[in-house]
Amino acid sequence: MAALNIKKGSTSHSAYDLRDFHSDVESSHTLAVLVDNEAGVLARVIGLFSGRGYNIDSLTVAEVDHKGHRSRITIVTRGTMAVIDQIKAQLGRIVPVHEVHDLTLEGQSVERELALFKVAAIGEKRVESLRLADIFRANVVDSTLESFVFEITGTPEKIDAFAELMRPLGLIDVARTGVAALSRGV
Amino acid sequence: MSRQMTGAEMVVQALRDQGVDTIFGYPGGAVLPIYDAIFQQNDIRHILVRHEQAAVHMAEGYARSTGKPGCVLVTSGPGATNAVTGLTDALLDSIPLVVFSGQVPTFMIGTDGFQEADTVGITRPCTKHNWLVKDTDKLAEVIHQGFHVATSGRPGPVLIDIPKDVQFATGTYTGPKTARVDHYQPKLKGDIDAITKLVELMETAERPVFYTGGGVINSGPAACQLMCEMIDATGFPVTSTLMGLGAYPASGKNWLGMLGMHGLYEANLAMHGCDLMINLGARFDDRITGRVADFSPNSTKVHVDIDASSINKVVTVNLPIIGDIGHVLEDALRIWKSRGRKVNKAGLAKWWAQIQEWQAVNCLAYTNSDTVIKPQYALQRLQALTEGRDRYITTEVGQHQMWAAQFLGFEAPNRWMTSGGLGTMGYGFPASIGVQVAHPDALVINVAGEASWLMNMQEMGTATQFRTPVKQFILNNERLGMVRQWQQLLHGERYSHSWSESLPDFVKLAESFGWKGIRCSDPAELDAKIIEMLEYDGPVLFDCLVEKHENCFPMIPSGKPHNEMLLAADAEAFASGATLV
Ligand SMILES: Cc1ncc(C[n+]2csc(CCOP(=O)(O)OP(=O)(O)O)c2C)c(N)n1
Ligand SMILES: [Mg+2]
Repeated sequence: MAALNIKKGSTSHSAYDLRDFHSDVESSHTLAVLVDNEAGVLARVIGLFSGRGYNIDSLTVAEVDHKGHRSRITIVTRGTMAVIDQIKAQLGRIVPVHEVHDLTLEGQSVERELALFKVAAIGEKRVESLRLADIFRANVVDSTLESFVFEITGTPEKIDAFAELMRPLGLIDVARTGVAALSRGV
Repeated sequence: MSRQMTGAEMVVQALRDQGVDTIFGYPGGAVLPIYDAIFQQNDIRHILVRHEQAAVHMAEGYARSTGKPGCVLVTSGPGATNAVTGLTDALLDSIPLVVFSGQVPTFMIGTDGFQEADTVGITRPCTKHNWLVKDTDKLAEVIHQGFHVATSGRPGPVLIDIPKDVQFATGTYTGPKTARVDHYQPKLKGDIDAITKLVELMETAERPVFYTGGGVINSGPAACQLMCEMIDATGFPVTSTLMGLGAYPASGKNWLGMLGMHGLYEANLAMHGCDLMINLGARFDDRITGRVADFSPNSTKVHVDIDASSINKVVTVNLPIIGDIGHVLEDALRIWKSRGRKVNKAGLAKWWAQIQEWQAVNCLAYTNSDTVIKPQYALQRLQALTEGRDRYITTEVGQHQMWAAQFLGFEAPNRWMTSGGLGTMGYGFPASIGVQVAHPDALVINVAGEASWLMNMQEMGTATQFRTPVKQFILNNERLGMVRQWQQLLHGERYSHSWSESLPDFVKLAESFGWKGIRCSDPAELDAKIIEMLEYDGPVLFDCLVEKHENCFPMIPSGKPHNEMLLAADAEAFASGATLV
């Protein structure tokens, strides 16, 4: 561990961590929370966020280890560094929570979201929607004479961009999964 | 060791295996099988309460005075919802409890069955953890896990909801040793580099102060002893939160008294002016910090806590140490001694000289009277007349609670039980019964306000039935005194609903339950009547009629910094001029 260097009388620095806690700049963080897949665990996590007034921008959850009954909850949240640290500490003390990772801080990570878009269009707009889908590598998973359902995966930003372009072409319904994320490398 | 038995029998067997001797509870349809199992054994004593909230407070009193977890048994629906205040109280004050609730049979869950409530849903935010057990084969393990979770790390209440069919069914009982608790193992040892840094800070600090809390008491008597050794060896001053009283003896030479909103002048100014603050198991509660932006502006802050989420939650600290107080202090003492037991003697001498000036202000001074009993005087006499006895004090919530903290001295941990975090009126009386059940021969006194006391007065029957000779010392000002004080100082003397109308005749009330009732309104008779209370072998309701309009000082109005504390003399000026947000 690096030498701890505390300036006498200073209150603005933690000895362990020289990030500026007093900053009120908010940033987005993606947290991966590994939990026992037991009844009520998601309610505990969500209850923590609502009870303490934290934000949830996106939340996904599924069992990732069927034998061990472990689920992975991916939460995208926003806050100042002090709030993010509180969120992680509060998550960490929920009894069925095993690990909390801040993917935004712990090196590089990949984030993906899946979305389904229903576009109702005929004529030139219908053709244009297919062209755009091709550019975005979206697949057609359902088709009628006057509509398509596209499936697209990517970062939330890419999906936002696709939605922007599809809207004037007849986008009538969207379903998004929320973010799934993993750290890069091993 | 595994055996076949019913779920109800498992509850009793698990309690036995966990070393439980007492459970506080109230029966109902959904726990009848467990009550049947209790009926057929003699190892575990059941205390029948008169309201489930009181059962939980009794268990809290039991737990806080013994250091062991308190146990409660309630029925489904209203039994469980009545327990919610007690659970929340225990959560905020980090008291280990294991609460069992009955539930409708598994096949009825979700049908709005008779006395069905979503108990795990309702109690999720007010327990450390809770379980709904749907399978008798899992019940024993969950109970053992429950005890583990309630008592490890930062302690707290857990609840185990048991449907009636799970109680009736037969399954395999497993003992405590086989229960899987491996993943919930809070870290006890602190980071050694950080502890060394703490020692370095202690060696040079000119104006250090120990700020200690309930975490020290929860860490156990050994931790309290290590803390006292550290304080006495370094000569640093020490102050404590309401929750931490007794960890360092009030007669100790470095004791500054309690800090916070109604804390002592010298304690709060020491916190404001220190250059090194060593927080041991306290949590920078808003009753302690006042306005956070002005809180102890020139100090290096060290925070030792077993709960990582307490660190930097309210106040950003310079040196966090996550671990058990006892373990951390043991390491700190060893390192400090091995480095030559250094302190900044010159700095400390100056610091103590400054503190003595603050002490000379005599912030607890009040104007006594020979016609009416001042509440402070009543407590001073209670202190004097019980001095030297191993005495347990509980309190209700209000002015009397703060006066008790100011005027009674606590020489050992686990002798002071008060609702700190939640501030629950109605806590003290049942808590005193719980303490007395745990210590049948001890002197147990609840310092009460008349309004709080009425909130759980039904427990008089419990005290009579179980022969707990608890002393209820009511400082009766016929007011919701603390509310009245705020209205006087902060709401233009508009006393909206802050007086106690239609009070009972407490002496007759006592007698109707087979208690002794004593009333006192004359300061000259006070000593004799307190002695009469102390000497009576049985429960006593002491109606001490005190000055109705006394205010509790010092006071830091909420949102103000420590150095803007009000003393009794300032109060008048404040009431006529200042405005608050
Ligand atoms: C259950 C509950 N309700 C309301 C309050 C708010 N409250 C705090 S102190 C107080 C007055 C207490 O009066 P009393 O017990 O007579 O004590 P005193 O202040 O007069 O000593 C009230 C109403 C509370 N703390 N708890
Ligand atoms: Mg009163």
